[in-house]
Amino acid sequence: MASSRLQEALDRVTVVGGVRGAMLVAAADGIVVAETLMEGVRGSAVAALAASLARRCNLVAETAELGAVRFLHLQAERGTLVVVPAPREVLVVAVGSAEMNVGLARLEMLKVAEVLA
Amino acid sequence: MNDEFTTLAEEFARDPKSLVFLEIGERLRRDGRLEAAVRVALSGLERHPSLAAAHDLYARILVDIGDYDRARQIWTNILVREPRHIGALKGLGYLCFWAKDLDGALDHLELALSVDPTDQSVVQGLKMVREAVTEPVEEPSEDGPRPADRAFRGLDGAGRGLLLVDAHGRVLGGRLDAPLAGEVTEPVAAYLAGAAQEAERSARMLDLGDWRWLVAEAATANLHVSAPDADTLLLVMRDRSVPAGRLARLAERAAEAARTWLEE
Repeated sequence: MASSRLQEALDRVTVVGGVRGAMLVAAADGIVVAETLMEGVRGSAVAALAASLARRCNLVAETAELGAVRFLHLQAERGTLVVVPAPREVLVVAVGSAEMNVGLARLEMLKVAEVLA
Repeated sequence: MNDEFTTLAEEFARDPKSLVFLEIGERLRRDGRLEAAVRVALSGLERHPSLAAAHDLYARILVDIGDYDRARQIWTNILVREPRHIGALKGLGYLCFWAKDLDGALDHLELALSVDPTDQSVVQGLKMVREAVTEPVEEPSEDGPRPADRAFRGLDGAGRGLLLVDAHGRVLGGRLDAPLAGEVTEPVAAYLAGAAQEAERSARMLDLGDWRWLVAEAATANLHVSAPDADTLLLVMRDRSVPAGRLARLAERAAEAARTWLEE
């Protein structure tokens, strides 16, 4: 799974303005599958929390029969967490500053998901 | 499931004329991979231009994309050729319901039920529409609107897409009507608190500061969650045609209205 193509796609996410790290996370248990992180970013914590948040949001969406969540964006005072579900029960996760270019990050994350398809 | 999908894809590769594209397209649609689903559906339609099931698949994908007008046109065309096509009847039934055309929804879904009385999605859909039809029209009481309505009075979507809950998941105001599930106010309120707690925990543990809002884009609707104050959560739900920026503006206005109402 951690092919060079995949790693290249992950690397492109981290080039987006404000992104400090991008990773692939197992949706079921929040384990890091692959990552590209700047120094100081705690990958395992980001992965676990992103997976847990995605599960909680999916519960809300499923309860309302809205279909699966396709994009998740948590905006905080000093940072941003973005999650895009990908095939093979994997999540593409990006974390960064509050000023992260979320639109561009999303596009690159979708490309990561396509590599996994 | 991935193995099954691979098997289907292999079957399709071996025999591009096979109808397995219908299953592949539907799986992609359910998985939210709409661009891929469109490609599969259009590819199938090229080979099977008169296959109603292929048009039906394409219409369902268009609904997920938010292009209701084209979906309606496709299903209408199917019914011209096959007046008892259950997929088209269901699709038009739901489109009518979302457009608040309850008579139209009843007509289509009752006909769908006559085609297949065992189809549970039709049974549930009809139940939802009939409940909506028989729901008494609320007359303004001497005390004014219900508290739930007062919270968001005058705001777009006040009666169907705005929900205010406390930190324990109890409803304070508003109401949520989901496109397929009907009213989901109470169950969504119950799970919303958990999602917001997780958002707060994530922001805190990752040293991102206080969380401000959370947006979740699902197959048929977008959700915006925020905290108007320390003890309440606000959920704004809109269909996918509403852009994220507009959703955020709606949420800001609703949060302001909620704060004013809570202080009354």
